[in-house]
Amino acid sequence: MSSHGHGQDHGADNKGGAVKDVHREHDFVERLYVPAIASGMAVTIRHFFTNLFSKEKYTATVQYPDVKTPYPSRFRGMHRLVPREDGAPRCVACFMCQTACPARCIHIEAGETSDSSIEKFPVVFQIDELRCVVCGLCVEACPCDAIRMDTGFHPPPVQQRGTAQVGRADLLAFFGKGEQGTRMGAHPPPTAGGQGRIDRSEGDHGAGGARGGF
Amino acid sequence: MPELSVIIIGVISAAVGLLFPLALAGPLTWAERRQSAYMQDRIGPNRAALVIGGKEYRAFGLLHPLADVIKLITKEDTVHHSVDRFLYNLAPLISVFPALVTFAIIPFGPDLMSTAGTLALAPFANGSVPGADLLRLPLQGARLDIGILYIFAMSSLAVFGVTLAGYASTNKFALLGGLRASAQMISYEVTLGLAILGLVMAFQTLEPASMVYQQGQLLFGFIPKWGLIIQPLGFLIFMTAATAENKRVPFDTAEGESEIIGYFIEYSGMKFGMFYMAEYIEVVVISGVVTTLFLGGWQVPFLFSDGFHFPWGSMLQMSEWLVTALCVGAFVLKVLFMCWFQLTIRWSLPRFRYDQVMWLGWRVLLPLSLLNLVLTGLVILS
Repeated sequence: MSSHGHGQDHGADNKGGAVKDVHREHDFVERLYVPAIASGMAVTIRHFFTNLFSKEKYTATVQYPDVKTPYPSRFRGMHRLVPREDGAPRCVACFMCQTACPARCIHIEAGETSDSSIEKFPVVFQIDELRCVVCGLCVEACPCDAIRMDTGFHPPPVQQRGTAQVGRADLLAFFGKGEQGTRMGAHPPPTAGGQGRIDRSEGDHGAGGARGGF
Repeated sequence: MPELSVIIIGVISAAVGLLFPLALAGPLTWAERRQSAYMQDRIGPNRAALVIGGKEYRAFGLLHPLADVIKLITKEDTVHHSVDRFLYNLAPLISVFPALVTFAIIPFGPDLMSTAGTLALAPFANGSVPGADLLRLPLQGARLDIGILYIFAMSSLAVFGVTLAGYASTNKFALLGGLRASAQMISYEVTLGLAILGLVMAFQTLEPASMVYQQGQLLFGFIPKWGLIIQPLGFLIFMTAATAENKRVPFDTAEGESEIIGYFIEYSGMKFGMFYMAEYIEVVVISGVVTTLFLGGWQVPFLFSDGFHFPWGSMLQMSEWLVTALCVGAFVLKVLFMCWFQLTIRWSLPRFRYDQVMWLGWRVLLPLSLLNLVLTGLVILS
């Protein structure tokens, strides 16, 4: 058994117990601890002076409200409804997104349209941004590519729950990221307008139950 | 009626002795957080701002201690009904008091001499005694022949604040913390005393200013005879014991944030703040004592009362006031460096378990300090 070496384990004879007895041998220099303390402090001192004076700091902190990092290109932000050529939403009120939504934050009321190729359109299309878990399943579920989350900004903070209900008009007004100015007409800024609270007292019991898509 | 210069220098010295550690304690709370942040690759407090004319002035977070004080003073002071009110209120005061008065013994500059109406620098590092007609004015809060013993007397008093806080709180965690703190402080006081005793033997004096004067001498003609150089082991032991005295990491078992929180668990508001302040004042005091005993106090290597005398023979003439300013500046710099060093220790080392603290104190440091005494004695005798 050598007295040198770092932290050798000599606890091989484990006599049936669950506790493993570990004996570590330290040589004299290690037991002095002073060299270890010195080398440890050398690390912290190096970091201190590097972060204080050097241009290449270790610090990775982003001072958030003052400095913002760009989001990745596939960042899922606020929802939007994609319009057709004539400005009406592509949505055909098929309820796929509402069914897929695990948070049940989408509320659609369908109406009939004279266009025989679509048959239905959303009279009401509301998303409760407070309920949304930003999973993106609605985007996946949509057969018409009518709902996207490519706006690139967060749902704005709200003072009252009702104002987090974003309605059809607002959803339709949002641009996709990088799409600015490619569509006709002036659009309102991204504020959550909404059309008032939806009464969810019916059909909302037992979340994740039989009606839940996932 | 004493001379005007005596009064002026005396008032300045007393003010520095009292206010220097107090003034440094606030920025130290900022330095501690800011420095630890930089050591751990963070940024640290930097958001407290003064808004003047719509413009924010953050001053690197230096306003945080100010904000802390406002918060601590205006905070509700909750006192549990079962506490011993008198002792409970007394404990923070007893904690702060010894820390505050210890700095009086630290000389922060060379002695000044005064004859009728004039002020001059006392020659230092050659041990000459000024004439009888000259008044010697120390730049030191209080010149006591037993200055070193005074340091010990005062640091022993700090135990009472901690113990009383633990006892008067009627909280078992506070009591545990108080017990741990008192046991730890008493244990390390022995080592602390023995570590300094080596210096007392080497310098043959108990008076800090006289020690500083002797540290201006040169060993072999070119090495400053600082305490650090003639007593390296003593320095190591003293630093360790002093950190333990102050109950800071790695010896913070008395607080033990993860287990018992500590003797001040029942305190809130400025009473808690006073314990906090006492810790930082003590950091400054320890820095001052270490500077005085081991780092040559206000001495600048090769600087004498008429300028620099370099060991290779050249000389740099200086006016007496410039020399005095240089010495005081050197003292402040050394104290700041020691404060920085203590903060670095605190944020680098992992903390000891309670039994390890006791083991280190009694089984390692005490024999080491005795060995240091024996070695010092042998060197002096030979």
